[in-house]
Amino acid sequence: MIDPTFVALSRTQFAATALYHFLFVPLTLGLSWILVIMESAYVMTGNTIYRDMTRFWGKLFGINFALGVTTGLTMEFEFGTNWAYYSHYVGDVFGAPLAIEGLMAFFLESTFIGLFFLGWERLSARQHLVVTFFTALGSNLSALWILVANGWMQHPVGSSFSPTTMRMEMNSFYDVLFNPVAQVKFVHTVAAGYVTASMFVLAISAYYMLKGRDMGFAKRSFAIAAGFGFAAALSVIVLGDESGYTLGDVQKDKLAAIEAEYDTAPAPAPFTIFGIPNDKTLTTEDAIRVPGVLGLIATRSLNGEVEGLKDLMKDHEARIRSGMIAYDALQHLRHGDHLQATEDAFNAHKADLGYGLLLKRYSDNVVDATPEQIDAAVHDSIPPVAPLFWGFRIMVGLGFLMLLLIGSSLFFSARHTIQNHRWLLRVLILCLPAPWLACEAGWLVAELGRQPWAIGGVLPTFLATSSLTTADLAFSLTGFIGFYTFLLVIEMFLMVRFAKMGPASLGTGRYHGETSRPVAAPAATALAD
Amino acid sequence: MLDYETLKFIWWVLVGTLLIGFAITDGMDMGVGVLLPFLGKNDMDRRVIINTVGPHWDGNQVWLITAGGAIFAAWPAVYAASFSGFYMAMLLVLFALFFRPVGFDYRSKIEDPRWRNAWDWGLFVAGLVPALIFGVAFGNLLQGVPFHLDDMLRPHYQGTLLFALVPLLNPFALVAGLISLAMLALHGATWLQLRTERPLSERARAAALRLGPVITLLFALAGLWVAFGMDGYQIVSGPPHGALPDPLAKEVVLRHGAWLAIYHQIPKAMAVPALGLAMPLLTALLAAVRLPGLGFITSALGMTGIIGTAGLSMFPFIMPSSTDPNSSLTVWDATSSHLTLTVMFWAVVIFLPCVLTYTVWCYVRMWGKVTAQAIAANSHTAY
Repeated sequence: MIDPTFVALSRTQFAATALYHFLFVPLTLGLSWILVIMESAYVMTGNTIYRDMTRFWGKLFGINFALGVTTGLTMEFEFGTNWAYYSHYVGDVFGAPLAIEGLMAFFLESTFIGLFFLGWERLSARQHLVVTFFTALGSNLSALWILVANGWMQHPVGSSFSPTTMRMEMNSFYDVLFNPVAQVKFVHTVAAGYVTASMFVLAISAYYMLKGRDMGFAKRSFAIAAGFGFAAALSVIVLGDESGYTLGDVQKDKLAAIEAEYDTAPAPAPFTIFGIPNDKTLTTEDAIRVPGVLGLIATRSLNGEVEGLKDLMKDHEARIRSGMIAYDALQHLRHGDHLQATEDAFNAHKADLGYGLLLKRYSDNVVDATPEQIDAAVHDSIPPVAPLFWGFRIMVGLGFLMLLLIGSSLFFSARHTIQNHRWLLRVLILCLPAPWLACEAGWLVAELGRQPWAIGGVLPTFLATSSLTTADLAFSLTGFIGFYTFLLVIEMFLMVRFAKMGPASLGTGRYHGETSRPVAAPAATALAD
Repeated sequence: MLDYETLKFIWWVLVGTLLIGFAITDGMDMGVGVLLPFLGKNDMDRRVIINTVGPHWDGNQVWLITAGGAIFAAWPAVYAASFSGFYMAMLLVLFALFFRPVGFDYRSKIEDPRWRNAWDWGLFVAGLVPALIFGVAFGNLLQGVPFHLDDMLRPHYQGTLLFALVPLLNPFALVAGLISLAMLALHGATWLQLRTERPLSERARAAALRLGPVITLLFALAGLWVAFGMDGYQIVSGPPHGALPDPLAKEVVLRHGAWLAIYHQIPKAMAVPALGLAMPLLTALLAAVRLPGLGFITSALGMTGIIGTAGLSMFPFIMPSSTDPNSSLTVWDATSSHLTLTVMFWAVVIFLPCVLTYTVWCYVRMWGKVTAQAIAANSHTAY
């Protein structure tokens, strides 16, 4: 029988390791392009300050990248170690984009990154720029394939269930690749990474400007980040809206949960600004609503309805009952009954097989579930509303805040007065955590919104686990938390140290803190090394 | 479109190729990591050693990641059963691998000797543990793994937690682990002869001289063990090879000498274990006459022979089950669908040559002896 503690621990471990990995990924995605821009400026102008900028921000990039690689390893292992039934059940579809990611993207990024760090003396300026470009391209292509895989978890297209192999099998690679959910998720996610990197460069440059040191270096870095970040922040919001539109089409449960819409509102649906969702009573208390806005976003029309959770649950109940028939037929097929009638029954209901599997939590045999058990499964069939409702609002609120900050930064930077607006520089430093909070909130909305499914409508999360024990999970989860905390402490220590040291860490003798004493002195090398 | 049976066979070759590619590239880095505390007498020695693989280890590691991804995509049942069945061993490998990215990148950023020594040990562990455990895993595959598949094809195992790790470390598996460790160390020692100057290169040469014969001896011992002291697995009946994969549809028996059957059927296949026996010895000889360039090739061929022997002897088995032999996973029934294998096949055909091309370009650009002077001159950039 399903052990809820074990399932909860498995989910906690995956969420913890994924959220942790996702602390490092967005910065890599964006900072790699910022490095390309800086180095292009160097190749075009020949001004060594741009080379120093590439090398210095590249150093910080490296400190972050190392943990991105470390924690990324876990993600690849974890599907097999902790989600073995998932791996069996959907590996035929889900494994392909992961393997192609390795071949096409991760090889490119990782092979060239070594030359980015260590090839300065061995490559011409142009060659090195090409190396930087391929590193950036590789990391962004990685994101593409990972989100193709994730998009399929959200909206499993291009595949169907086979009773012989007892798993999902791909029937159109084209559909998997051009899954609308994957496409919008990819552009939204990488753009969020670009905003993260821009905020990172803006805040640290702001720190130098406030200290009045390395002004030429800081202002140039600031201007590049502001320009790049402004375009990115606009894209995140526009493409986020596109995601909302796609959700209205294919992930109705998630959209209704994000909006805490339990009852279907008359079209066009209102947008809830504030409210306290209650999953027990299926109501949103103390709600403040703006008429019409949600209908406009989700359906782009005045007469399209956004279905509420209660109505969606009625659909789910019908699908659970249909899934019971599919499960029954499947059992017969797997035990050698190949009557035409059984196959017809299976084929007629197999689209709902996953809904039938939701009953496994209560009745191992599925087909003899009682009405109470069916009710309980129906109640399980929607995502948790409150974290989605709030996670979404935190993400969007921070998104607009960052658009405003980056917009002001660009404006003052273009007028060459940025160093006079010390309040803005201070706010930028204070808001440095904002992009990470927004990214993590976005991850939570995307993946909690998928619940109770590992693969939307196909495989419930609680069935997707490995056959391990609670003790195994307690042991490994403790290990991950301990090891990851240790690594994070070291990473933050180095990041803060090098950010404070600034471009002087390159040891060129041209920057703040280097001019007062000879560069070759042991103390200086010790610090700058 | 290639027919299903052919593709299943091609994917067995391709996964093997990726694993051998991993041993030749990333295995070299692990071997270098294992040798680091023994060959590097001071900080500068160790910086030289680390910088011979510094620009390449990250790209090399993708061979491991891609091999994992390819097993997921081509043999989902194997990925599911092995990664979760070897849970503690996998975590041990993973936690050891954690030390590599941070070890390489962070080590030389701070001058403090305690800081640097700590990361040097990290790099040592990150080479030692995976090198040993991957061999142990192969040793266990040859003996069969205690798992079975239920009616829904969910894998279950005997034993949990640390208790599951102890039987994994049985004598035969430990011999296999030592072979794996020694062959990666020999490969690393050969690489260091190529890329360092005296006295480091001489120390690497001395290591290679010892490691070569050890590998040949251990590999011969393992071969005799498999031939005389161990039962192999054999399929006695089952669906045709091109059928839809259903691991429970066949009947499997344990039979003495089954792991040698392939060499009776195809006597030429003996060339593969012969490579595994001869090449490590030859690599040591080439070190003796100071020809490490050729030695690198023979070392790579030796690893191809050793990994190839393990794969070939078990063919068509990938992961035999000791507790329920019929649940064993094979090349014919643990694979993905025809379409997935086809798509993945073309992905490899297109991208692998690209990968090899730019990898070679990177190695060529960074070629030459790594010297203490060069590192001192670029102290801020070098690892």
